Amino acid sequence: MSSVANRSSRSVVIFSSAFVLLWVVIASFPFLWTLWGSFKVQGDFFSKADWRNALWGTRTLLETGGTFTGAGYEGAWIQEEFWRATINTMIVVFFTVIISLTFGTLGGYALARSGHKYAFWLLMIALVFRAMPHITLVSGYLLPFFEWNLWGKLPTAIIVLVAINQPFTLWMLHSFFLNIPKDLDESARVDGCTQIQAFRHVIMPVMWPGVITTGLFSFLLAYNDFAVTSMLLSEDNRTMVPAIAGFLGSTLEEGNVMFAVAAVVSATAPLFVLVLFFQRQIVSGLTAGAVKG
Amino acid sequence: MRHKTFFWFILPSLAAMFLFIALPLVSVVVQSLHIEHEQVIVVTENCGPFGCKQESSVDTEATEQLRAEKPLGRFAGLSTYFDRGHLATAEIAEAWRTNDSFGDFFGEIFNLPFYKALTFTLAYTFIVTPLVIVLGLLIALGVNRVTPVLKGPTIFVSLLPMMITPLVGSLILFWMIDAQGVIGKTLQFIFDDPELSLKASPALTWITLMVYGVWSSAPFAFVVFYAGLQTVNTDSLEAAQIDGASRWQQIRFVVIPHLMPLVVFISLIQLMDNFKVFEPVIGFKAGANAPSLSYIIFADMRSDIIRYNSAAATSVLTVLGVAILLSPVLLRTWRDFKGKAV
Repeated sequence: MSSVANRSSRSVVIFSSAFVLLWVVIASFPFLWTLWGSFKVQGDFFSKADWRNALWGTRTLLETGGTFTGAGYEGAWIQEEFWRATINTMIVVFFTVIISLTFGTLGGYALARSGHKYAFWLLMIALVFRAMPHITLVSGYLLPFFEWNLWGKLPTAIIVLVAINQPFTLWMLHSFFLNIPKDLDESARVDGCTQIQAFRHVIMPVMWPGVITTGLFSFLLAYNDFAVTSMLLSEDNRTMVPAIAGFLGSTLEEGNVMFAVAAVVSATAPLFVLVLFFQRQIVSGLTAGAVKG
Repeated sequence: MRHKTFFWFILPSLAAMFLFIALPLVSVVVQSLHIEHEQVIVVTENCGPFGCKQESSVDTEATEQLRAEKPLGRFAGLSTYFDRGHLATAEIAEAWRTNDSFGDFFGEIFNLPFYKALTFTLAYTFIVTPLVIVLGLLIALGVNRVTPVLKGPTIFVSLLPMMITPLVGSLILFWMIDAQGVIGKTLQFIFDDPELSLKASPALTWITLMVYGVWSSAPFAFVVFYAGLQTVNTDSLEAAQIDGASRWQQIRFVVIPHLMPLVVFISLIQLMDNFKVFEPVIGFKAGANAPSLSYIIFADMRSDIIRYNSAAATSVLTVLGVAILLSPVLLRTWRDFKGKAV
């Protein structure tokens, strides 16, 4: 579209650049502000006197002797043991992603190659399941899980997250497998492979880009979840997001808000790295569903 | 693929969905039809010098034992659905009889917990979704014109509001709009009102939540539209230019028709996701002014005594809402599918 750009008038260029610039500021400013503010004391982050105190750290200098302080991080990670929540998050996210992808790859492949009517209906049911608010399902788990003594444990949360993740994973991998030519595994079948052998030796080597993209979204779902982890995990097994919500429950004391701010920044950092390295996959994953319609 | 192979391939996925999505739905329905046991009352007869007196008292031990043995409670039919916390049929009939004007009538209904949550959820869904589409399209058109060197970083920054954990994102904004936070202070300065607080009035809380919704979902629409813009047919754009179309006309008559299927896709995803709105209500501590359906279910389960039946009844009603919301899509897909099959 370069030819279009060349011909458009100067005012359009200025307007659209200004708009993009404004959007970039709106999208990034909250993160930068919170990152900067997490190294201040509460009196600066929420300033009664002057909002610029947060920039210069006026009260931070008075209270701690420096313009930056790691007190929030120290409080969150050491005093409130946020590292426990981090380890729990790692466990939950790792197993959720691995199991989701294993189940989803097999299922998605079958759905893409079946061509029978019931495959279509399964996809439709998966779509309805995907639209279900997670908390409605959680209200169904709670009573049985208490009864069977499953409540509060990490494996319970993992398998629930895997299940909630399945509809989306199936849809995404289904559309990726549709893009892999049918001839590939059919010729393997003609050569005498069973379906599983064809999958193992012909499809598996070429499916990784799609699997990695789907894995990124499974990661995000498990990492960002609040409804399941906050309701189904006991206090000791809490992951990061419910732990942050827990800080807010006890924010009456001065300074505890800063623990939450520090924890929020800590929990956001891995997502930044993820977007930084996998931007291309994320964009292609978001559009994959759209292109398929 | 043969039926048997298909079955074995899909089994793990299907089993997970059956056990943890389909069965919980059954469990929700069953729970919604039951209600907590009544307290066990024991009647004792005390005989004294002035005759005998019957006294009834609560047998705490027996009550707890009964509740522990049968945690589901006793069967109550549909009564939970029609009580004050849900469909509130009696209250509505009462309000209809006592109120003369429609304004008062709806005002009273709006104060019933379920209808309040339903109103907010629907308003949120149907206001945020179109705004997300418009803003996403504008950003995509803008970014499409940015110099190629800057495109990568721009897209990176644009993705952040969507990738962030919803609870964390809403907390970040919640702290900024605090009366002592940077946005809160700025608004006080702009409107010259040192008492202005976005948390105070229901209307402002609604607006805040919706602004957050647009902020966090616009990147999704942007990315999809941006990818769509890369495939716009250059020939038809040039033909439009030669015919003397202005820039606006080019967008209106060439670009937008090309992006129309994407609009349908984004609306579908956004309607589903916005109907689920939950974390922002928690992050913004807006449960009192702007409860969503998901939030009132959560609140029932978080109260001191878990109200299983109430949470379950709201869940069933919410799932029905999802079904109604999706029904046009499902009907259309079904017709397309039947058309193909015939």
